[in-house]
Order: sequence, then structure tokens, then C-alpha cells
Amino acid sequence: MRSLPFLIVSLVVAAIIFMIARTFANDYVFFAGYTVLQFVVLATAWNILGGYTGYVNFGTAAFFALGAYTTVFFHKAYPLPIPVLIVIAAMVSGLVGLGMGYLTLRLRGSFFAIATLALAVVLQTLIVNWDFVGGSRGAYIIRPREVAILGSYIQYLFLIMLLLSVAAIATARTIERSRLGYGFATIRDDELAAEAAGVPTLKLKLIATMISGAFMGMAGAPFPYYIGYLEPASAFGLPYAVNSIAMPMIGGTMSWIGPVIGALLLGTIQQIATVTISSAVNLLLVGVLLVAFVIIAPNGIMGLLKRGRRKT
Amino acid sequence: MLVSYDLVLNALIAGILLGGFYAAVTVGISISFGILDIVNIAHPAFIILGSYIAYIVNAQFGLDPILTSIIVLPIFYLLGAVIYQVYYLSFEKRGQDPLRGLAFFFGLLFITEVLLILVFGVDYRYVSAFYIDKTFHYGVVDIPMRMLIPCLISLLMLAILQIFLSRTFMGRAIMAVAQDQLALRLMAADPVRIKRVAFAISIATAAMAGAFLIVIQPVEPSIGREYIGRVFAICVLGGLGSLPGTLIAAMLLGIAESFTATFYGPSWAPAVSFGILLLTLAFRPAGILGR
Amino acid sequence: MSEQLLNVAGLGKRFGGFVALDCVDLAVKSGERVGLIGPNGSGKSTLVNCLCGTLVNETGSVTFDGRKIDGLIAHQRTRLGIARSFQLPRPFLSLSVAENLRVPLLYTVDARPGRHRMTSAELHDRCLELLRLVGLEEKAHERPVDLTQVEMRKLELARAMAAEPKLLIADEAMAGLSQSEVTDIVALLIRLNERGITVILIEHIMRAVMSFSQRLVVLVSGRKIADGLPEEVIRDPEVERAYLGQ
Repeated sequence: MRSLPFLIVSLVVAAIIFMIARTFANDYVFFAGYTVLQFVVLATAWNILGGYTGYVNFGTAAFFALGAYTTVFFHKAYPLPIPVLIVIAAMVSGLVGLGMGYLTLRLRGSFFAIATLALAVVLQTLIVNWDFVGGSRGAYIIRPREVAILGSYIQYLFLIMLLLSVAAIATARTIERSRLGYGFATIRDDELAAEAAGVPTLKLKLIATMISGAFMGMAGAPFPYYIGYLEPASAFGLPYAVNSIAMPMIGGTMSWIGPVIGALLLGTIQQIATVTISSAVNLLLVGVLLVAFVIIAPNGIMGLLKRGRRKT
Repeated sequence: MLVSYDLVLNALIAGILLGGFYAAVTVGISISFGILDIVNIAHPAFIILGSYIAYIVNAQFGLDPILTSIIVLPIFYLLGAVIYQVYYLSFEKRGQDPLRGLAFFFGLLFITEVLLILVFGVDYRYVSAFYIDKTFHYGVVDIPMRMLIPCLISLLMLAILQIFLSRTFMGRAIMAVAQDQLALRLMAADPVRIKRVAFAISIATAAMAGAFLIVIQPVEPSIGREYIGRVFAICVLGGLGSLPGTLIAAMLLGIAESFTATFYGPSWAPAVSFGILLLTLAFRPAGILGR
Repeated sequence: MSEQLLNVAGLGKRFGGFVALDCVDLAVKSGERVGLIGPNGSGKSTLVNCLCGTLVNETGSVTFDGRKIDGLIAHQRTRLGIARSFQLPRPFLSLSVAENLRVPLLYTVDARPGRHRMTSAELHDRCLELLRLVGLEEKAHERPVDLTQVEMRKLELARAMAAEPKLLIADEAMAGLSQSEVTDIVALLIRLNERGITVILIEHIMRAVMSFSQRLVVLVSGRKIADGLPEEVIRDPEVERAYLGQ
């Protein structure tokens, strides 16, 4: 299926999902669904860099929080509608990704991974010390109660995240099938041979980092309105990093479907676990699943499915 | 800004003592990452584990934490050997891309932290020992014993390790395995076993570092993450795999953080190490004493 | 045309204290067939790596097609027209055999100024054509992991050819091949040469080197000790001592 038809089909599916969600009397569906969709975007974004090129980003939280704090900044300085905030967040996160990538992507992948951790902490420290956005005390964002046409605000947020998911997935899929996708795959497989074959590896890695960072920032932009109170410890929290790595690795990193499966599966499990057991156990589960899959099924669920298909 | 002489001097002393401690924290990574090229970002989690074990024994039996860590060294060594074996069979042997190995250790880091939260909760834990409250006064300089003792023992540990790596057969084999596995095989030494020993040693150092940590400051499960940046910053700055380099870099970082905390406030301290790391990676990845 | 295509002047490379290449000079004329031999560890692959930009030489300079290429990274040199095959094959494992060839087509050939972008069909045809040249056509849709060692070497060579180079450096491409396969590859390389591609052949198989080379260069311990007509070079006593007469 070519890219444009896929996009149209995805939008139709999204519309259907939205309609179904509205049939529930409870707004909880939208709250929970928002979180799961947020993971879809984060996992897909992570995979564009981590899965396609093999460069691990431990600092998902950094880009996510950048998007969130961009919103906080504008909310306090000059309120803007969310779609505009998303675009700004994309630019901010994308640029930061580009800058960091330029500094560290010429080194080995393991150095890059460590640098992403460093970035998260540096940014967190900067935010903690920046009183305008609340510093360590945090910032309160008052959510409007209602939105024209749709009704409750959370439905609006859900719809935005739904559209972002479609955008992320469509982007990932388009990249996969394009010339860029081949380039990314060669970087992952053998960077040295890729260079020898004419692939401009640094340029491609920078592109991947930018796109990945931008989408993570976009996922973060609506977050303050969703959560109402943003403080650095939770915005930069490790769960974002673990989840955005675990979901693609469990679902499968080779194609766009993997992160989606991983996000839907893990996201739903986590929602259930947090509500029924505790949030700490839920995180433990993610960690254990990550390690288990990485050892036993390195190509994730998609890999297992493919193996099964090949045997029959 | 009027800078008082004794403030500077104390910041310097504190930085050096802190540096000695940081060296102990980092030496494990110098071995696993610097020499074996294994990105064990779960190392700080093992350090925290060491801290909590020292805490339990101290709370139950009143035993000195550093003594406790020496006693549990064999257990940590064994733990390291097991983890390396799993790592080797799952990743190195299969020739997997490094992404999987990284995700593996990241998962371990996370699991350890969450388990500690579940068992101990998020409250700060601390130990009591006879030297923790004492401070040595020497003119205008204050030297807290709780920093001096870990620093001294850390230097001792580093010296022992350096002698081990440069004088013993196993130690030299470890240094060699990083560079030439084939030559090692020809000498009828098993590279896998040697790497396993090295990795096990690196985890064993975490036990001691953990004891040092809980002597110096109260501990709670998420502290490990602050140390990831410090550890890799020191390791890279010191030149991968060089123990003397690690010590120098640790001192430098300790002093930098100490001055930052004294003159700009402690909330900026985490950024120092990570900032140094980013800068080093960007401009001089070989480090000060780099290979 | 016998203008100079490649000029290597005083190339030096060290690894720590070890001198891998010591002041190597080499001039290759356009259209030449040069053979490069030397014992293991003499620096042949290091020389290739320095020429292609995979390694950076400390001293000396390399001029290719009239311009100095020092400072250019590997992919830039490939686009200028230097292609190499790796001594130990480095295929792209997650791509199929045919897709492996697509990469240099997409990123080198298509990227050259003045070329129009090939359509998907053109790319596909070109991949198959290249595979046919090395006898791997049937394996087009297989994964490299399913190939034999010999087939992987052929893929390695095909991938270098796919970049449509002016200079092709074949680094021990024939190790492990049977007699007839060696003859086939030599014939292939000669055919490529007749089309205008300059070839540097690095090999241990003397039969292939002698039948292929118009000129023979010998590298020992990082230094060039002989450079001339093959028949004369192999009779050089120093060459015999260092390499041939064991």
C-alpha cells in the first residue's frame, strides 16, 4: 500500500476509534486512551532512531519534557492553541536533537547512548533551576473545561494524540519504504560498509535524531494540559525512557508495526496494573518484560510471528 | 564576588575527598566499559544494592558498613560472573548488535531500582558508625571523617586493583583481552573466562562503593541514576580503561562539583558531571590520558 | 588514456607505537591493472582503508582524478569513484542480496551530479544485472546469512561494482574460491577493466595476480619494496626473500 492510501486508511481508523470511544458514557476511556496513544507516539518516535539505525536513545524523557515545558513557558508568557504549541515543540525538540546529535553521533553508538542520558539530566537541572516555568516546585496548568463541538476537553486532547499517532506511524512507515529507510538499515547493519557504499551516515543519523526528537517533543506538548500539574521529577521520569525502549523492543524494532503493538500491549497492561496492583509493580513488570524479551526474543513479537510463519 | 580563602580551601578538600569516593564508584565501569567494552549502565544499581545490604547488616547487627562490604565481596563477585555469563550467551556470542546489550542492562537498572522501592520504600536510609559524625579540624579546614575514611580505603582499593592489573597474569590477561583475543587464545587462555573474571571484579567493586556511598550520605533507590552520568563522565574523561586516569578524572570532577555546590548551590551539581561528559564526548573523546 | 588516476605520496599510518604504513608511494594510471601482494600484516588492507577514507592517514597525501582527497570521508570518496570490497565480507544482513546492491545504486550512483534518479524498476533491473555478472542471480531474494562464504565474497565484489567506480580495489576477493571460480573472477575483472575501470587487485593467489596484473607492487612491513612488471618483480631477490621464498 502506497503512503497516501495508508494515511487515508489510518485517518479513517482513527475516526472510527474516536467515535467508538465517544459511545462510552465515561470520560475515563479518554484519559486512559490518551496515555496509551502517547506511548504509541513515543515508541514509534524512539524506533525511528533506535530500531531503524540502531542508535539507542535513553533520553526520551528529555525530548518529551522539552515539549511539555515549551507549553508551560507559553502558557505563562503568551497562551497559544495546542496545535501551534505542538509545532513549536517539534521545532525545539528537533533542534535540540540535531545539536546533540551533531556533538555525539560521530562517536560509537554506546557513547551516543550515554550522551542521551547526560542530556536528560542536564536539561532537568536547567528546568529545576528555572523559576519561570516553576522550577522544582512545578507548574499548574489550568485546563479549560470545555471545547466547542466536541464537548469535554479531554476528548479534544485524545483526538490530538490520536492524530499525532497517525502522523508518527505514517512517517515511520514512509521512511521504512523509502531510500532513507535503506540508508538507516545499512547504518544499523554495518556502518563502515554503509559509508563505503556511499551512504552519508552522519547526515542520515542526524535526520533520524531530529525526526525522533521532534515527535517526542510533540507528544509532550499537550501533556501539561492533560495532567494539570507538571514538575521536573515526573516529566523527566525514567518510566518514559524505559517504556519507549521496552515497547519497540517487545513489539519488534524492524518495522513500524512493532512499536504500535508494543505500545498498545504494554500500555494497556500498565493501565490495568497501575489501577489494580500498584504503579511500582507495573514498572517492575515493564523492566522484567524488557529484559526477558531482549534475551529470549530479540526481534520482539513481530520477530516471533515471522519465525512462526517461516516454519509453516 | 568576595571569595573567602577558607571557603575555597574547604571546597577543594571536599572535592578531593569526593573525588576519591567517585574513583571507587567509577573503577567498576573503567573495567567493564573501558576494558571490556560492555556498556553496563546498571552499575550504579549494584552500587545502591551494596548500600542497602550494608544498611540492613548495620541496622540488624551494628556491623560497620565498609566491613560488611568486604564480607559480601564474594557474593557480588559471583553475581557479576552470573550476569556476564547471561550477557555473553545472549548477546556477545550471538553477535547481536549492541542495542540489545544496552537494553538488557538498562532493564536490569530499572528492575533493581523498582525492587528496592518495593522492598525498602522511598525513604532515605543511613548507617551509623563511630566515625560518621566526627570531623577533623585543622586550622580553617574541616575534614569530615565520613568522607575521609571512604576516600582513603578507595585509594587503597584502586592501588590493589592497579597492581593486580599490571603485575599478575590474570590482570595482564584482562588488559590484553581488550586488545587481542586471538593472541590470548593462542596462549591457551580462554577469553570468555577472563572477561567473566574482569566483569565479576567490576561488580565486586560496586559492593565497596555502595558501602562508601551510604557512609557519605543517606541513600534512597533512585540515587543510582545521578551516578550514571558521573561514572561515565569520569570514565571517558580519564581515558577508557586507565585506572590512574580514572583517579585523576574523579578528582577533577569531585573538585568541580564541590566548587559548583559551594558557589552556585547544590541543585546545579548534577549538571556538572553530565555537562562535562557531553563536552568531553564532543571535543576530546579519548579523554585526558586516552589510549 | 594513460593519465594518472591515483597518486599516493608518502602515505604513513601508525596505530599507537606500531607503524602500519611507512612512506608509501604509489601511482596508478587510468585503465591500469595493478596487483598488490605482500605477507599477512604487511599493511595492504591498511593501505586500502586509507585510500578509501575508512582510516585517516597521518602523513602523506592522496590525489584521485586530479584532486586531493585528504580529508574527505569514506562516502564522499565512494561518490568520487573509489570503490572497494572488504577482505572479510560485510554484507547488510537485514537486507536481501539484491537490496544489498540497491544501496550503492541509491546512494552513490544516483547521488552523482548529472544523473537522473533511477526508477524502482531500473534499480531492480540493475541489481539483477550485477548479480548475473557474479553468478548470484538465483540468490537475489535470499538473505546474506544464507549464502556460502564464497557467495558472500561475490556479493562483496558485486556491491563494489554497483557503485560504478573509476577505481575498484578488490581486497582478497578470491580467498576460498575454486580454481574455475578464480578464473571466472579474474575474467570478470578484466572485462570490467576493458570497460575503463581501473583495478587494484590485492591477492595471495599468485596465479590470479600474475595473469591479471599489468604491474605488480609488493608491500612488506608497511613499506613498498618493489613496483614494476610482474615477471621482473617476482624475480627480485628481495621479494623472493620477503614473500615468495619460504
